[in-house]
Amino acid sequence: MLGAIALFTVLAGAFGALLGYSAIRFRVEGDPIAEQIDHLLPQSQCGQCGFPGCRPYAEAIASGEAEINKCAPGGAATMVALADLLGRDPVPLDGAAAQETVRRLAVVDETRCIGCTLCLQACPVDAILGAAKQMHTVIASECTGCELCLPPCPVECIRMDPLPETLRSWKWPYPGAPAGREVAAHPEAA
Amino acid sequence: MAEYALILVGTILVNNFVLAKFLGLCPFMGVSKKVETALGLGLATTFVLTLSGAVAYLVDHWLLVPLGIEFLRTIAFILVIAVVVQFTETVMHKTSPMLYQALGIYLPLITTNCIVLGVALLNAQADKGFTASVLYAFGAALGFSMVLALFAGLRERVAVADVPEPFQGNAIALVTAGLMSLAFMGFAGLVQS
Repeated sequence: MLGAIALFTVLAGAFGALLGYSAIRFRVEGDPIAEQIDHLLPQSQCGQCGFPGCRPYAEAIASGEAEINKCAPGGAATMVALADLLGRDPVPLDGAAAQETVRRLAVVDETRCIGCTLCLQACPVDAILGAAKQMHTVIASECTGCELCLPPCPVECIRMDPLPETLRSWKWPYPGAPAGREVAAHPEAA
Repeated sequence: MAEYALILVGTILVNNFVLAKFLGLCPFMGVSKKVETALGLGLATTFVLTLSGAVAYLVDHWLLVPLGIEFLRTIAFILVIAVVVQFTETVMHKTSPMLYQALGIYLPLITTNCIVLGVALLNAQADKGFTASVLYAFGAALGFSMVLALFAGLRERVAVADVPEPFQGNAIALVTAGLMSLAFMGFAGLVQS
């Protein structure tokens, strides 16, 4: 009887000490998950998710305050990647992201561009090339379609063109996705 | 050597803890929607089960039996298991935060996974020696992980299949689990244990 009580006291004490030590030894500093989410976001800092940039949005996702479906430049691909990373189910795109079912590209109307460089400063990914009094143009492979260059243009010479579907960019629609949408949620059984 | 191989084959295939002994059904149904999560939980369970099997054997063999208090096995083993799970959780949070978040609530639930306590108690009753006991726990965990991964693969396919409405969701999952259990009965008689 006494032996049993003593044994369990010692056992519990030893295990408690082990856990206490491991809690100090393996303390987690900062939020490594926000870091990894931030890596997946397009870093266009466009603010269309309602947060002042990619990093704040990543932190909001990590803390569970925001859904994963608000990134418009990233679109469905980013949402699926986030769902994969976090082990959540994919959800349909929301808000500004939902309207962007097709990826779009900014195109500068070269006959109207006055070379004011205002759109250069607005572009978060440096996808617009040009200099003062020189005609500007958009580097198609860099443009994320965030539309941030539209408001500053004084002559409204930038338009958004849908990206044509080519043999390279076309892919099979996901099973269960309504036709025409690039991707809806994966149908997951409850 | 042959004896150890028989223990492994016996626990993984013949007396599979999930499909033949029906232990650990909670994570089997709960964490089997995605193969990756299933593999993650399988890995965590393998680690916890092997470690707790070893520690439980040592506690039983060196502390409980000499003091003649084998009747307190259940309490002692639960203490051991809880500590091992908590330790795994702390380490995993540090080393693999993604896996930590993916497993979420199921990691602490390994504490109440009946496989873990079941293996410790069965080991204590059989008293086969340290190596055999650890192998038994390891085999049980491997069997659990394998079945969990297989089941998750099946459920991923079933999720996009055209299932009749009354069978959708958990119903078809339970039917699938039953069929898997039937299939594993085919291994009975492979090893006498």
